[in-house]
Amino acid sequence: MRFTLNGAAVSLDVVGSRRLLDVLREDLGKTGTKEGCGEGECGACSVLIDGEVVDSCLVAVGQVEGRNVITVEGLAGPRGELSLLQQAFIEHGAAQCGICTPGMLLAAHVLLKKEQRPDADDVREALAGNLCRCTGYTKIIEAVLSCGT
Amino acid sequence: MVTTSTIGRSVPRREGAAKVTGAALYTDDLVVADAWYGQTVRSTIPRGRIRSITLDPEFDWERVVVVTADDIPGENVVHLIRDDQPVLARVGGEIRHREEPILLLAAPDRNTLEEAVRHVRIDYDPAEPVYALEEATEVYSTINIRKGKDFEDVEGVELVVERSFRVGLQEQLYIEPQGAIAIPWRERGAGSREPGVTIIGSLQCPYYVHRALKRALKLTDEQAVVVQAETGGGFGGKEEYPSMVAIHAALLARKAGRPVRLIYDRHEDLAATTKRHPGVIRHRTGVKKDGTLLSQDIEIVLDGGGYCTLTPVVLSRAAIHATGPYSCPNVRIHARAVATNTPPNGAFRGFGAPQSLFAAELMVEHVAERLGMSSVDLRRKWMLRLGDTTATGQTLTESVGAELVLDAALKAASAVGRSGGRAVKRGRGLSLVFHGSGFTGSGEKKLQGTLAMEALADGTFRILTASTEIGQGTKTIFCQLAADALGVGLDKVDLAPQDTSLVPDSGPTVASRTAMIVGRLVQEAATEIKDRLQRERAPIKVQKSYVQPDSIHWDETTYTGDAYPIYAWACTIADVDVDMTTGEVRVTDLVTAVDCGKALHPVMAEGQIEGGTLQAVGWATIEEIKMKDGGYQNDRLATYLIPTALDAPRIKTILVENPYSRGPFGAKGIGELPMDGPAPAIIAAIHDATGVWLDEIPATPERVLAACASR
Ligand code: FES
Ligand code: FES
Repeated sequence: MRFTLNGAAVSLDVVGSRRLLDVLREDLGKTGTKEGCGEGECGACSVLIDGEVVDSCLVAVGQVEGRNVITVEGLAGPRGELSLLQQAFIEHGAAQCGICTPGMLLAAHVLLKKEQRPDADDVREALAGNLCRCTGYTKIIEAVLSCGT
Repeated sequence: MVTTSTIGRSVPRREGAAKVTGAALYTDDLVVADAWYGQTVRSTIPRGRIRSITLDPEFDWERVVVVTADDIPGENVVHLIRDDQPVLARVGGEIRHREEPILLLAAPDRNTLEEAVRHVRIDYDPAEPVYALEEATEVYSTINIRKGKDFEDVEGVELVVERSFRVGLQEQLYIEPQGAIAIPWRERGAGSREPGVTIIGSLQCPYYVHRALKRALKLTDEQAVVVQAETGGGFGGKEEYPSMVAIHAALLARKAGRPVRLIYDRHEDLAATTKRHPGVIRHRTGVKKDGTLLSQDIEIVLDGGGYCTLTPVVLSRAAIHATGPYSCPNVRIHARAVATNTPPNGAFRGFGAPQSLFAAELMVEHVAERLGMSSVDLRRKWMLRLGDTTATGQTLTESVGAELVLDAALKAASAVGRSGGRAVKRGRGLSLVFHGSGFTGSGEKKLQGTLAMEALADGTFRILTASTEIGQGTKTIFCQLAADALGVGLDKVDLAPQDTSLVPDSGPTVASRTAMIVGRLVQEAATEIKDRLQRERAPIKVQKSYVQPDSIHWDETTYTGDAYPIYAWACTIADVDVDMTTGEVRVTDLVTAVDCGKALHPVMAEGQIEGGTLQAVGWATIEEIKMKDGGYQNDRLATYLIPTALDAPRIKTILVENPYSRGPFGAKGIGELPMDGPAPAIIAAIHDATGVWLDEIPATPERVLAACASR
């Protein structure tokens, strides 16, 4: 099967029923995508499929045939330059233990694509599917708001 | 070249870039060649004996590795305080709780593993379990604190208020579940393998795991190697439990002759790992009509669950904090921890103090109500001030911040807003708490945490410590402290990996002790290196161990003296909306003023406070564990709910700097403090909104409605 991963074409010979999460982590070495629950509750496994945030623990890899998948590894620039959002996460202390960070970044990334100047409620809404146990969300919300243009 | 100190500045987190790019490697991210997958088979009964373990002959057991208690080379015990908890329950042996580990399996792939699990049969002789704290007869530990007279002998008491409170279980819910990878050898240089076991895992305390591993697997200091991977949250949940995971993984790896990955899924993690101790706390308070506090009589009972784990230490912290941050001439505290047939409870941020402070703070409210006084005024009258003595007789000689944080929080809180509708009532509540930083009593003295530092020939410096980064910022703060003392740029300082074969035992990363106690060792080591570099050339290595100041006295037998080196203080003001039709409580705004001594890194200090605060909001409102037949009914993330970004209140943090002479730049430990204040403030706010007092948390809709209905 084929799909696009972080802008590059991928072709794989895998059982289509395997979880996208496992294929990304085990076959493609993209371990930035995390497993926090495996049941669609925590968002640690969030990836983008055609620009929408999806829990990759609930998606069979067969479903992404021909589609465009972005993981946290795809957020930085071609030479590894951090995106504004990534920089804001560091600057505002939005990543503590960091295990929720990849999912949070992707959810926030989509929000900022859709809404250039979100308010705090927009951010809370957009991140509601991503659990964080370290930050109380305050610094994450601040970081996302700082990227509004 | 002049380098400016970064102390007090929020420099970027050391491992920040790795965490935002996905490059940071957590345990399950590590690729280990030829590793098999491990699984733990657990008891399905809460109490009884194992009659037999049967491996179904229909299954080809050659395909997997099976480990039982008979395969343990050392002692069948998870080393901690008491030697009561076995690594694996044995045939004929006792089962003391549901989910108790009995057998281990490893297989080359997950499907084979699942198949094998289905072919294991365990038969039991069940016994009658004990669940209720009130019915428990076995006691893990007791603590008695006595100051002044017995309650009945105190003269001048004009009003006695009595009340009983109950607090529930709570799961740490680090987002990365427990996990370890065991390798049945240790690497010595490129490709050379020596006998031993290497553990790479998600953990807070490498040397706890090291000690436990040595004992169960009969290894020498050198043969046991424990390495911390990037760790996705701990909150105490990765203080003692990782020893169990590590030993299990090691036993499988040893028998399989190859590495084994033992990574829990969320369901297993929720069902089997330690929780916050539930408990009942009874108070009797005697005052004069003008509010003068004369006497406190407090009884605490905590439920330790099936094994002792860290329960006596949790109980100790609960007892010492039980009076609240108040000065009372006559105090009796009787605390005990009992055994029940539920999964063991253990370390969780706050470590007993949130439980007893919840009761203490609500007691202030009840006394104030009976006296017809404002509870803020009553707190001002009672609060500990410089020169006062605590329940253990500790005289507070410096950095007493009760009044500072109370004033700061009151100043920062805006007027209470209007509620959102007719059925929604709004209210505000306040709490004042303190939290001892560092180990209790002579804990630090016994522990003698050690840290080393090297000046390398290339002009850089390396900190060697077993203190772990679990999100709270250890790596960043240690580098800031070292760079400052050395007078070099931050980029010149780094940390060696948290690997027991490389770094000394700095003590566990718990008890709000890391920045304050180990941070000070960083300063001392760096200062000595700087001094020696005037006369010597690199490489230089120095080692520093904690020395208890002579001024600290603690008597373990009478429970008197300096219980903690210093206390941090916090005042929390919570605003809630209570929906009178559904009973739902929403914490909308929360102001918290914290006396942290000195904020070495303000953004990280705030981050700790905000995170701990939300964890406490969860404990107070929605995080409820329902029990069923000795197990947790809601042992999945779909049913055990924690606050999301939508549930989280707006949190305003005020850092109050009130330096402590022995902390680095005056810093005090604050990691646990934010867990203490929100729950009582929220319950007081619910009362303000509805006129009813809840005595039990979480304040679930059912409890709120029931309380309102019975009014
Ligand atoms: S791992 Fe997919 S939502 Fe939790
Ligand atoms: S930073 Fe640890 S879970 Fe979000």
